[in-house]
Amino acid sequence: METLAKILNSLKTLDRRIIFLFTALAVIIPLLTGFGIPSKKITREVQGIYDTIEKIPPESKVLISFDYDPQTKPECHPMTVGLITHLFRKNLKVVGIALWPAGSALGEQVLIEKSKEFNKQYGTDYVFLGYKSGGDVVIQKLCTNFRDTFPTDSKNEPLDKFPVLNNVTRLSDFAAVLSLSSGDPGLKQWTIIGHEQTGVLVAGGCTAVSAPEFYPYLDARQMFGLLGGMKGASEYETLLAIKGQASAGMGAQSVVHMVIILFIILANISYFYEKKKQKLGIVD
Amino acid sequence: MVMDLAIVWPTNIENVGIWVAAFLTLCIYSFLYKDNPFYKFAEYLFVGVSAGYWVAMQYYNSLKPNLIDNLAIGFEKFDYHLWYIVPGILGIIMLLRLAPSIAWISRWSLAFVVGLSAGINLIAYLQGNAIAQIKGTMVPLWVMSPDGDILKSIWMSFCNWVIVGGVFCGLIYFFFSVEHRGVVGGISRIGIYFLMISFGASFGYTIMARISLLIGRMLFLLGDWLQLIR
Repeated sequence: METLAKILNSLKTLDRRIIFLFTALAVIIPLLTGFGIPSKKITREVQGIYDTIEKIPPESKVLISFDYDPQTKPECHPMTVGLITHLFRKNLKVVGIALWPAGSALGEQVLIEKSKEFNKQYGTDYVFLGYKSGGDVVIQKLCTNFRDTFPTDSKNEPLDKFPVLNNVTRLSDFAAVLSLSSGDPGLKQWTIIGHEQTGVLVAGGCTAVSAPEFYPYLDARQMFGLLGGMKGASEYETLLAIKGQASAGMGAQSVVHMVIILFIILANISYFYEKKKQKLGIVD
Repeated sequence: MVMDLAIVWPTNIENVGIWVAAFLTLCIYSFLYKDNPFYKFAEYLFVGVSAGYWVAMQYYNSLKPNLIDNLAIGFEKFDYHLWYIVPGILGIIMLLRLAPSIAWISRWSLAFVVGLSAGINLIAYLQGNAIAQIKGTMVPLWVMSPDGDILKSIWMSFCNWVIVGGVFCGLIYFFFSVEHRGVVGGISRIGIYFLMISFGASFGYTIMARISLLIGRMLFLLGDWLQLIR
């Protein structure tokens, strides 16, 4: 009993570095050993994106906007890889743009890698138009005049050179718009402006921090799906039957969550023990 | 999954980049032990590089294509787009904030930006955010499941009750014209519970996001750098 009291007392003054150490071990060990708590459940919002892309007729055009930067790469990049893999698998024409400057390089890198894997030709099967500053205004302009907003691709070649952009004059000419977003401008603006002004189908992925704010848009059917953080990306990888970075990280994620829950429980036990001691007037 | 340690040696430019990134990652994480010169070095380097990167990005992606190129093309073709000078002057005026005695002039540019943004976004946000969300809240309180399953119907109806009830109680909590006592106080308290559940969900997601970033860095250190994961 005395030992337990000692442990509970020491929890009050637990050095935060011990928590950091446990968190680091909870990440490193699962990554090295492959140990983790598997999660096979696919959420409705992730399934929504997969099912909708499956239903889009081949050769249709899909706009994908890379609205993130290296700070959120572990969350958003696996989504980009998953979505582009799916689009190329389904023989859909991909038009890439970026509303975040650093998203431009990250998105283009995936487009190039995946186009080689699926033997897709630049200009015929996909095109990358690069970064455009302006945020909300860019989306508003795309709604009515696509070619005025992006007169050239990222290498300054005129759009008329690319068959993939034939008959594309406004946002509603796309079968769907996907945004990988880690803030504003991003998925929220594509939904509020792009979907509402043209009726084009909008979905995408976002960081876990911002995921809760998108659920009202999902419930109001303004979006057809959502990939929320690394969990959403890993679910999408499961649907595509690929082993990507998100799936590799989710084992560690689940173990860290268990460690954090354990520390929360211990902190609460310590808190209530302290309260009880005060009530009974016990002094250390 | 675990492989032999086959560390990447900095023999080419790409590998030097990996070593620099690994070193800076460790410098930043060293702060978790305590503040130290390595952390400070990485912090200052990040601030400096970010500032330089953003200046270059803004110049090449915003200022040059939107202003300088348009003015230059105009002079080349004797088709002067002189009205581009107006945003140019407004941009320069914005920089007057750096001179305290005439900093007030920068408010003209700010007023232009605020007015323009409000005008452009007002309708879009009203239509896409406010009206669409109000419409999304107007749901039937009794829903019949398409397959006629009574349990499913009850569950679907319950979900709609939660949406309507949550919005109503949340709005009452933010309605300050009436004192929050009696029935109003009770409803407002339920509103607080709804808000607390929403904050809890946000906090849970925030933890997941932060851990994801840590996992991303660890995948880099253990995979790209130490080659322990392939």
